Amino acid sequence: MSNGLRAAFLADRVGIEARHGALLRPNARSRAGTLAIVGFGLALYLAGLVTLDISPLRILGGFNRLFDIFALMWRPLPGGWAKVQLYVNALGQTLAIAFLGTLLAATLAIPVGFIAARNVVANRIAHLLARRSLDTVRSIDTLIWALIWINVVGLGPFAGALAIMSSDFGAFGKLMSEAIETADRKPVEGIVSTGGGRLAAIRFGILPQVLPVFASQMLYFFESNTRSATIIGIVGAGGIGLWLSEAIRMLEWRDAAFIIILVLITVAVIDLVSQKLRAAIVGRRG
Amino acid sequence: MSHTVLVLPEAQLAPLLRAYDAAVAAKQRQLAIGLLLAAVALALSVIGAEVHPAKFWENIGNFTSYFGRLSHLDSGDHVWTDPAEWFWGLKRWSLLLGETIMIAYVGTLTGSVFGFVGSFLCSRNLVKSAALRFAVRRTLEFCRTVPDIVFAMIFVVAFSLGALPGMLAITIHTTGALGKLFSEVVESINMKPVEGIAATGGSWFAQVRYGVIPQVLSNFASYALLRFEVNVRGAAVIGFVGAGGIGEELIVAIRKFFYSDVSAILLMIVVCVMLIDTISEKLRHRLLAMDSGR
Repeated sequence: MSNGLRAAFLADRVGIEARHGALLRPNARSRAGTLAIVGFGLALYLAGLVTLDISPLRILGGFNRLFDIFALMWRPLPGGWAKVQLYVNALGQTLAIAFLGTLLAATLAIPVGFIAARNVVANRIAHLLARRSLDTVRSIDTLIWALIWINVVGLGPFAGALAIMSSDFGAFGKLMSEAIETADRKPVEGIVSTGGGRLAAIRFGILPQVLPVFASQMLYFFESNTRSATIIGIVGAGGIGLWLSEAIRMLEWRDAAFIIILVLITVAVIDLVSQKLRAAIVGRRG
Repeated sequence: MSHTVLVLPEAQLAPLLRAYDAAVAAKQRQLAIGLLLAAVALALSVIGAEVHPAKFWENIGNFTSYFGRLSHLDSGDHVWTDPAEWFWGLKRWSLLLGETIMIAYVGTLTGSVFGFVGSFLCSRNLVKSAALRFAVRRTLEFCRTVPDIVFAMIFVVAFSLGALPGMLAITIHTTGALGKLFSEVVESINMKPVEGIAATGGSWFAQVRYGVIPQVLSNFASYALLRFEVNVRGAAVIGFVGAGGIGEELIVAIRKFFYSDVSAILLMIVVCVMLIDTISEKLRHRLLAMDSGR
């Protein structure tokens, strides 16, 4: 079959090229554009490799040591039952940090989200100001926030929770305002037409549409915050990260491997639970 | 224009009303249980996170005064009165920031290539072997679940200090994150072009090259750009553990209370991140427009 098509094409090749030439010839201009972009990207990549002093030799040498480390990580068991308890406790603290941080961020972000939404607050300046400040807060990393909060409440998990709150607040506010902006206008119009006030319109027209979206986003953030909360201890803001960085610094590789596996299992369990919950929340709405 | 409202007879109305009340009560009960659970979780986490509201209120002044200190030079003047003094290390910091961006760029590109390969190998519609798919999927999951800074800490030990461990950490994390996103795109493509190529006797590579890649490339590029934005932020803090870039300078400034340096470096990072976000958002919109225009 395919050979038949091929024979037919080859037999009438000149005719087909005359009739459909534009389709068969490569488009020279778009090809040149693609080549220019790819070439630029590659040149930048090579320049990066040179300036960062990355050579195959260094990579190979490092991988040698890395395999030694992996060999030492084999049989990931900490020395002694007391340490296991310590790590599990720290993991609980990590979860507490993530939960509290997410909840605080959501509570703060709801009102700001309404201000930043174009269809609720018509004032352009308020809208722009809210958006810009959310962007600024968002572009500072959780670890940096943790360092700042440590100055306020001291070392410990509370600083971690506040750091997660700060860095999520920006992202939450943005998502919230977007959800509000894309909400269906008709329920609001219905409420206004029956004489409902502005607040009633928000409460019964917008909130029921936005809340399920927001709840599922909150769960999603909780998942990702469990991951951030595991590293926040590196700078001293509580949780399992402190012990992980300690183990790596002390080259106690079996402890490090144990902690990493512990974190992986916890994250997997939380992902599973929150996936189920998300499906339930979004499903109930439909 | 008067209307007569039809009211059902009592015998028919009563069961309907009962059903309505029952439905409302069930919903309220559900809400109450949900709130109770949330309250218990909150109480537990407040204990777990060692929250001391009193200490918080006592020290909240520190938070505002910290920003106050950030905006003052050593001489006691406001930072904006003497920009040259404020940004005394502009050249050095710019170089370090450039290194940070380079780490993010090289890491993102390398990770995209690995993620690109991985995504095809774990897509249900392209690979028949369930074992291969499972293995690739789990590997990608591992790569994205372990935070990049943890990889960086381990790599700093193996590869010694510098930009290389940071770049490798970002590469691995990007591979995991993009591999998953890419495979979701690949699994949702239109299979007809692929079938067409298979029907004319094309090999697996020909099917992927001419059937799959033209459909997914613009989506892939847009995801990779988004990852680049995330990675610039990540690369800025990866230096905290000694893996290159501006992070090391920042953590030293914070730890040693060089307030005006902290604010200058933070400002540079924020401006740079915002600039990259804006440019990449424009590019992504253009890519998506190209996609829908086809």
